[in-house]
Amino acid sequence: MSHHLVEVKDLQYTYPDGTAALKGVSFLLTHGEAVAIIGANGAGKSTLLLHLNGCLMPQAGAVRIGGLPLNKKTLSQVRRTVGMVFQDPDDQLFMPIVYDDVAFGPLNLGLPPEEVDHLVLDSLATVGASHLKDRPPYRLSGGEKRAVAIASVLAMSPSILVMDEPTSSLDPKTRRQLIELLKTFKHTRIIATHDLDLVLDLCSRAIVFKEGRVVADGPALDILQNEELLESSSLEKPLGLQGCPVCRAKSG
Amino acid sequence: MGNIESSLLNIGYLETLSYQQTPLHRLDPRVKLLTTLVFIIAVVSFGKYEITGLIPFIIYPVALVAVGNLPPTYLARKILLAAPFAFFIGIFNPLLDRTILVHLGSVGLSGGWVSFASIMIRFTLTVSAALILIAGTGLNAVCLALDKLGAPRSFVMQLLFLYRYIFVLTDEALRLVRARALRSFQGRGMGLKVFSSMIGQLLLRTLDRARRIHLAMLSRGFAGRIHLLRPLRLRGRDVAFLLGWSTLFVLMRWYNIPHLLGNWGAELIR
Repeated sequence: MSHHLVEVKDLQYTYPDGTAALKGVSFLLTHGEAVAIIGANGAGKSTLLLHLNGCLMPQAGAVRIGGLPLNKKTLSQVRRTVGMVFQDPDDQLFMPIVYDDVAFGPLNLGLPPEEVDHLVLDSLATVGASHLKDRPPYRLSGGEKRAVAIASVLAMSPSILVMDEPTSSLDPKTRRQLIELLKTFKHTRIIATHDLDLVLDLCSRAIVFKEGRVVADGPALDILQNEELLESSSLEKPLGLQGCPVCRAKSG
Repeated sequence: MGNIESSLLNIGYLETLSYQQTPLHRLDPRVKLLTTLVFIIAVVSFGKYEITGLIPFIIYPVALVAVGNLPPTYLARKILLAAPFAFFIGIFNPLLDRTILVHLGSVGLSGGWVSFASIMIRFTLTVSAALILIAGTGLNAVCLALDKLGAPRSFVMQLLFLYRYIFVLTDEALRLVRARALRSFQGRGMGLKVFSSMIGQLLLRTLDRARRIHLAMLSRGFAGRIHLLRPLRLRGRDVAFLLGWSTLFVLMRWYNIPHLLGNWGAELIR
């Protein structure tokens, strides 16, 4: 069995205040897939992501990462395999200097200092942020923060990348650069987003969430063209698939 | 509102100063920290009516400001900002201690005024030394030095986190304040009731953020210990800096140099 497999089986989760966020979610991802998790606000996307690296534990059902069931014993191994990029880079970059932040994960893994140094510089180079290494995170722009947040996860050499709204609050050019960067990755990528054009560009598969359940799971292109499904899930056809309004007016 | 913003920028400026490349900035943070400590101990260990003995100590901040290319007016303004604290500690001395200690011509100065002046001088010296330490080293490097010198890890980490998130927190507070100001008219909505609920709001947001940061730390394998990777090397000039200044401080502590100079001057005249 491939060790990059992600399996979620009948996952259920209810928050302490009684909100049922996940009501039996199941899917299976294989190695190297880029999968979009889409759906309305409050559909359960973020709750699902928090289960993928054990920030939340399943109340019912199971999560398996690379053949390992997620539980207290396998937690550290799962967290090593699954790299999580949080939505707000300010939450992710907590160390005083970019270099320290990227080194945080590898040092926790107990790697020798020379190797950590190498990993840090490599990851920063991958996201094009080598020049930022001595800067404090609060001095970076939104795009730079995002790049460094991704580097801090890459430095742990995960085989699965989980991202929550990676393109939120980025300017169009920075967003484009990020998408191009994500395209080059060979990891299994799980991306929760409202940016459906990103899904169109990046993901081969999409899973649609609605009120804590999976309502559709299939090739991204098919799902993004299914207007009925998108409508009922509070989504909208990506702009890239809509006719250009200027041209339409001209021809009509 | 503008005040919060500008004082925030000012903290940032202190950090910017620490990025310079001067002989002061190139010194090992540990020796700067230790020298500052020796300086502060020497200054505060004087008797409570001491004034003349304290004066020579001004040479340390003056020399460092010159070598470290630090802006004296900016530092002076920062010192003034903290001055009220020292002022209120000392201001009751003249009321409580009325024994005449010094006669300047026909005016008698009470012990209270002398000790008040002494407190203000000490305050200026120690606060300027601390500010120069931060401006010439950077708080992160100071924390690193604390860590290497064996200060408790949890304390050092609290300090680092405080410094990292003070900008995020003030930003958040600023947004709250701005949002309120934009929807308050003629002073309505600016009252204490709204203010207290805003403070509560800020606390909740802070807790929420703390939880998310903790999750992010756990996701990257945090197990109760933060590792710092940065070797520090002690060189000859670092040792010289520490020993040189410390010796000077000890000398200035034991020998009242203005007195000696005065006596010596008197000898010469005679």
